[in-house]
Amino acid sequence: MYEREARCAFSRRQTSLATGQAVGSRVTTRYDAIVVGAGHNGLTSAAFLAKAGLKVLVLEKNPYFGGATVSRELHAGWIYSNCSYVCGLLRPEIYRSLDLGRHGLQVVPYGGGVGFTRDGDVLGGYVDKEVKRREIARYSSKDSDAYLRYGRDVMRQCRLVRSLLMRTPPDPTSLKPRDLKEMLYIGGEFGKLGEAAIYDTLRFYTMSIADYLSEYFENDMVKANFAGSGIIGTALGVYSPGTAYVLLHHYMGDVDGQMGAWGFARGGMGAVSQAIARSLQSMGGEIRVNSPVAQIVTRGGKVTGVALDNGDEFEAPVVLSALDPKRTFLGLLSEQSLDASLVKRARNFKIRGSSGKINIALDGLPSFPALGPNHPLLAGDMHFLDSLERFEKAYDDFKRGTWSKDPYLDLLMPTMTDPTMAPPGKHFMSVFVQYVPALIEGRAWTADDREAFKKTVFAQISRYSPDFEKLVLHAEVRTPQELESEVGLTEGNIFQGELTFDQLLFNRPFPGFAQYRGPAKGLYLCGSGSHPGGGVMAAPGANAAREVLLDLRRPTTVPGSWSDD
Amino acid sequence: MRSPRAHYLQVVKHTPFHTRTHAANQLNLWHRWRDYTVSDAYFDVALEYTALRNACAVFDISPMTKHRISGPDALPFLNRLVTRDVSKISEGRVGYCVWCDDRGQVIDDGTIFHLGQNDYRLCSQERQLDWLVRSALGFDVQIREETAEIAAIALQGPTSAAVLRAMGISCIESLTPFSISVVDLAGAPLMISRTGFTGDLGYELWVAPTHAEQLWDALFEAGALYGIKPMGTHALEMARIEAGFIQAGVDFLPADRAIRTDRTRSPFELDLTWLVDFNKDHFTGRAALLFERTRGPRYRLVRLDVEGNKPAKDAYIYDDKRRVVGAVTSSLWSPMCKASIALASVEVTRGSPSDTLWAEIYYQKELKWSRANARCRVVSEAFYTPARRKLTPPPNI
Ligand SMILES: Cc1cc2nc3c(=O)[nH]c(=O)nc-3n(C[C@H](O)[C@H](O)[C@H](O)COP(=O)(O)OP(=O)(O)OC[C@H]3O[C@@H](n4cnc5c(N)ncnc54)[C@H](O)[C@@H]3O)c2cc1C
Repeated sequence: MYEREARCAFSRRQTSLATGQAVGSRVTTRYDAIVVGAGHNGLTSAAFLAKAGLKVLVLEKNPYFGGATVSRELHAGWIYSNCSYVCGLLRPEIYRSLDLGRHGLQVVPYGGGVGFTRDGDVLGGYVDKEVKRREIARYSSKDSDAYLRYGRDVMRQCRLVRSLLMRTPPDPTSLKPRDLKEMLYIGGEFGKLGEAAIYDTLRFYTMSIADYLSEYFENDMVKANFAGSGIIGTALGVYSPGTAYVLLHHYMGDVDGQMGAWGFARGGMGAVSQAIARSLQSMGGEIRVNSPVAQIVTRGGKVTGVALDNGDEFEAPVVLSALDPKRTFLGLLSEQSLDASLVKRARNFKIRGSSGKINIALDGLPSFPALGPNHPLLAGDMHFLDSLERFEKAYDDFKRGTWSKDPYLDLLMPTMTDPTMAPPGKHFMSVFVQYVPALIEGRAWTADDREAFKKTVFAQISRYSPDFEKLVLHAEVRTPQELESEVGLTEGNIFQGELTFDQLLFNRPFPGFAQYRGPAKGLYLCGSGSHPGGGVMAAPGANAAREVLLDLRRPTTVPGSWSDD
Repeated sequence: MRSPRAHYLQVVKHTPFHTRTHAANQLNLWHRWRDYTVSDAYFDVALEYTALRNACAVFDISPMTKHRISGPDALPFLNRLVTRDVSKISEGRVGYCVWCDDRGQVIDDGTIFHLGQNDYRLCSQERQLDWLVRSALGFDVQIREETAEIAAIALQGPTSAAVLRAMGISCIESLTPFSISVVDLAGAPLMISRTGFTGDLGYELWVAPTHAEQLWDALFEAGALYGIKPMGTHALEMARIEAGFIQAGVDFLPADRAIRTDRTRSPFELDLTWLVDFNKDHFTGRAALLFERTRGPRYRLVRLDVEGNKPAKDAYIYDDKRRVVGAVTSSLWSPMCKASIALASVEVTRGSPSDTLWAEIYYQKELKWSRANARCRVVSEAFYTPARRKLTPPPNI
């Protein structure tokens, strides 16, 4: 009765890991819309559809929801931000429109950042901009001044990108009035940049972060200090073209209008998905965990519902997939049901995993001698690479098929700011690690590999914090392999697909599918694999909901973007 | 000695005069001028302003950005940097100037002090090291920021010359406006320039930070009989608007800080045409400014005499047809002119002296808000320029 097709291998592998238990009965239940995957984007889509009065169901494979936006207690008394750990990209329009504050979300800014040098010094990114300037001047007085120019140019580009976040990318080949209008809009925003910034834009999308930084800074430590944002989550090195844009992706957010700022979601990043979930439930939406979807069911080119691993079926004329494009096109749909070149496109979609994460419960506050006790930057993000050369060497290891032996870490202790995540006096340390390959020299990770990887990271931290290891009570080690098997991110790519220019805007995920509509009628894509991409932003989810409502000819519930002027 | 790394412990620094300004600051009102904390007001804004226009007042300008430019190419470098002809600023003289980006948009304004052969100081509102160093490519010059190495104080007002006379500084008799002289202050060189930001008779005094307190004490000792008072930024702001001086970040947006590139202004648009010299060699922005001269600027800066007694703070400016044509950038009830005065940026098609403009002013009395539409007259001169400002020798009172 339904077109059941063979599922691709990784879908089966992943779903078998979930503790699938029978929910509901064999009897199908009808919904107006079903969302596959309760990450923050899936939940956001569902919430806007519920707000429009639709009967919505979200199906999640794991026993908990949130995807890569999740807080879990894996060691009694400690709450981890297991994947994402800082919040700045979340669109304030969505925050407000879904009333996330009332549903328990609180995003608080945190204090600055610091880079450590091998010779025992630091470069402090103090919150106060004059202090920060004086600090950069210790390395180069010219660079301290150039920092203002750098900030200005990055902000100019951010304004352009920000103006596109809450919009559906136009199809540049289409003559539909809406696409033409949107192309004109982009043209207009582009024109508003002014001459210098227009030239800059193309450079930004094609340059390497190293080249870009060299246009402003002369000191290697200063460059190293800014370079990290260009490679986070990206399988490219600081000298690889395209990394300048990745930096932009990390600067385009804001906390209360403070552009480029980052904050914590109080209670861990899971607080974001929980608030969206509460908002959804308050409008009648339903979330089912332990419900791995095996297949999106279609009939005559139209979506009719989904089927779970356990055979349960749910009917709906509209299905949104929050999974990455590979899992959606090659897993939930069958390759045989798609056009040949689309299958090729989906298979070629770049989704290389390159990051790991270690979450650590600490028995007390580790000391960082280069900072000294009670230093304000203990509350900031910490980095340990003091030259671009070390960045590139870290990438060399990755290319050779192993994790970086001198890795780039983005280390934070959210408990320096957030009192809710560990008992008083104890700390949660979140360590993001770049670069970590999906496979070790072409084969799967072993337990020994994982242990050795953990050792490498601990050694890097211990070099700057000698008493750190003594304080470790528990550590959750996540390589791309765990990110794939647990979170469902193919190859462990944190953005559901790389943020390179060939996979952005009307090319995300692939040409012809950038407007959130899938290959079957009634099928939509709402995860980070769609425009504007990864990060805890909620924009892909919101934009997808807008398209669904448009097709259903219902008034939209999705807000437009606020003006930056 | 504390490690240089520990600078963060003192987020806001003290100027070399801090022990004195702190003792004098009865109101404990401070604000931040980049790295430093400076007094908003010491005892009463109106009385501080009065001291300035009636006797004399002292204002701590140490946080002003100062760059030293020296070397064989110092002059050609500066001439390529700024729009006016620096070769006309002879040794021992000071010149007001602006510099532009390649698009002819004003980056900042400031003063060039010609200290000696191939030796200049550039004082500015904004930090300029990045731009100066980038502009120095191809020139044999040394550029150094020296803000923290010099303590500076402004002594302004009708009795300012008398105070310096009482200190035994005789060279002020012959010191013309925009000239520099160096005298001895208890064994240390004290540089005196007849410059200021008040439009009045006045001087700026420059010493090594180690001699700052001594200078302050000497001034107040000699000034006791001449009504000398310390003055904070609020009083200075009143004086600079009366003098019609513009300020970066207030009356124009520094071009190299502009995120929205259409918000900047050219020298023509800031009523600074007199500073642009097309007869000298190439300078940055020259081609763009030449083009703008033929095409015509987009805006103009106007000085407005606003009818009535309400300061036109942040007011929209309308033309006769009730169309918005600009906005006020600085405004003041002027005690000297007994008038509401303002600086405004308006579309270039408006604001010629014959035009009538209107300011939409919102104001409140005892929490009740009202709106006034005040007729504005465009004035062509500075609002207040006392004759003593230019007299040499300077008058005693
Ligand atoms: C280690 C790491 C660190 C990061 N750090 C940050 C950060 O600090 N700040 C930031 O803004 N972003 C960060 N990111 C990126 C950000 O977390 C993600 O881009 C974002 O959370 C993705 O959200 P999503 O809803 O699009 O997809 P996901 O969160 O991936 O949601 C997909 C959901 O689908 C579920 N699922 C998968 N398969 C099935 C199936 N067959 N049936 C049912 N359910 C299924 C998954 O379990 C998951 O819940 C990080 C990501 C990672 C991995």
